[in-house]
Amino acid sequence: MIDPIPAVPHLEEGAGPGTAEELPDPEPAGDPVMSLQGVTVAFAGRKAVRDVSFDVHVGEITALIGPSGSGKTTLLRALNRMHDTVRTASVTGTVLLDGTDIYAPTTDPTLLRSRVGMVFQRPNPFPTMSIYENAVAGLRFNGVRKKALLDEAAESALVAAVLWDSVRDRLNAHASTLSGGEQQRLCIARALAVEPEVLLMDEPTSALDPIATKRIEELVGELKHRVTIIIVTHNMQQAMRVSDRCAFLLMGEDKAGELIEFGSTAKLFSEPSDPRTLDYVNGRFG
Amino acid sequence: MTTLAFDPSADPNLVRRRKIQNVAAASLGRRKVYSRIAIGICWVSLALAIVPLVAVIAYVVAKGLPAWNIDFFTQSTTPEGIPGGGVWNAIVGTVEIGVIATAVTVPIGLLCGLFLAESDGRIAESVRFTADVMTGMPSITIGIFGYIAIVRNTGGYSALAGAFAIGFIMLPVIMRAGETAIRGVPHQLSEAALALGARRATIARRVVVPAAMPGIITGVLLAVARGLGETAPLLLTIFGNQYLKWNPTKPIEALPLAIYNNSSQPYADLIQIAWGAALLLMVVVLVLSIGSRVLATVLQRERR
Ligand SMILES: Nc1ncnc2c1ncn2[C@@H]1O[C@H](COP(=O)(O)OP(=O)(O)OP(=O)(O)O)[C@@H](O)[C@H]1O
Ligand SMILES: [Mg+2]
Repeated sequence: MIDPIPAVPHLEEGAGPGTAEELPDPEPAGDPVMSLQGVTVAFAGRKAVRDVSFDVHVGEITALIGPSGSGKTTLLRALNRMHDTVRTASVTGTVLLDGTDIYAPTTDPTLLRSRVGMVFQRPNPFPTMSIYENAVAGLRFNGVRKKALLDEAAESALVAAVLWDSVRDRLNAHASTLSGGEQQRLCIARALAVEPEVLLMDEPTSALDPIATKRIEELVGELKHRVTIIIVTHNMQQAMRVSDRCAFLLMGEDKAGELIEFGSTAKLFSEPSDPRTLDYVNGRFG
Repeated sequence: MTTLAFDPSADPNLVRRRKIQNVAAASLGRRKVYSRIAIGICWVSLALAIVPLVAVIAYVVAKGLPAWNIDFFTQSTTPEGIPGGGVWNAIVGTVEIGVIATAVTVPIGLLCGLFLAESDGRIAESVRFTADVMTGMPSITIGIFGYIAIVRNTGGYSALAGAFAIGFIMLPVIMRAGETAIRGVPHQLSEAALALGARRATIARRVVVPAAMPGIITGVLLAVARGLGETAPLLLTIFGNQYLKWNPTKPIEALPLAIYNNSSQPYADLIQIAWGAALLLMVVVLVLSIGSRVLATVLQRERR
């Protein structure tokens, strides 16, 4: 369920002062599941994201917002070492998953990615595989062979992605027979089936129509008890609707993205402490 | 039995997560071994493919380099028994044939390639099929065709007949390379131009062909490299000539022919010249191939 977020007063005029105390911005108890400490990503020496630090807590949805080119995708991909395959990319700083450094030499990147899954901007089901095979692809990649476990995980993930009822009778059909929204939900199911602890989503609805978008948003809200979600979005309303906590990135002088503000979504959208955040969430630039 | 208020070990998703993570960790060693073996097989295959190539290059360099001196590049072939001499006449012939064949086939080939890329009708289909058949045709057949069509009808062997035969080898390669390069241009680009009110020819000239240029240049250079190395079509069309000839209507010498003729002679100095010519031809072909790659990368990078 999506936690109710207080309506944002008078977006155009900006929020007036004096309401700060009423807005919830509690630091959740317990250790963060993920912790970013001074994360910097550079491509061929040119910094795309600089010195980003924040914590991600279990069961919360963290949204990354900011204008195009501010490094949201770049930052997200640093969290499950997707930059490993980009030869020019270099990541510095520390990313902790359950207290362990994911960039430590002892961390196996494939095991890490089975714990930190990813859903991409465009639906990308494997075109040569059936719906079922897509759903269990990650498990097979990770060496799971037991049919019972595969079936159980596939059903559970497809149910969670609200796809089960419409595909249960055609699990062997090709994934390309699904609509765009269904394909994206299949991709979410595919990521969920591996039971990751964290799920990274890069603008998962930007290629979808409003109805499919709404369904994915509802889905994201329901999934947060199962997996901790970090979601990139361009859409302020979406960030407001789905996220508990928000990180706002903005390009600095040299075009490198910097973390301007991080806090509870309610606070960030109505009582931001930085004037640039206020301008951005009110749509005055970006 | 007591029921806990919240028992994480009972959450089926958490139970499954633990199972999956255990399998993933337990199978990691096996998966790493498989991965290493697969990569190892790739390396072995790569070595098998590269060893003969490197061996040929090394051997030709070792045999051919001693033949290279000033005379080799500036003198024409001397009759057997007379020492000295070079392949200047063959270099001139090869350049002449290459230039004529390229000048004629590149425009035709690229326009055909554009047609193939833009049209999917029955004509395009049959032209494409013909081009593929021509690519696979034994080059001696093209030599015979050149002999019958040109040599017999014009009354003699000539550089032009050779260029005609070599052009036949190059044409289908250029057509298909051009088509591939043009097809590689994202459809959205031509649609963007279309939506601005551009006509098809304008789109091709201003948007699609410029975007395809790196691929086109690569294809053309590869086709030239391919054409210059052919021997069989030249045997039946240019005949060969010991003397330097600039006139394209006269029999002429060419590098592949110099290799072919000299290497079958019982004289050590002629065989030496053949090795030298082989090295020269190889260098030309390598330079064209590598040059096309480098050029393509540079052009590609400039785009960004
Ligand atoms: N593989 C790459 N090589 C070089 N530069 C890159 C690469 N990927 C991203 N960049 C650069 O990093 C910067 C941030 O890009 P990024 O895609 O992270 O932005 P974004 O915030 O996700 O933008 P958008 O909202 O448009 O998706 C950009 O300047 C981009 O050019
Ligand atoms: Mg992005």
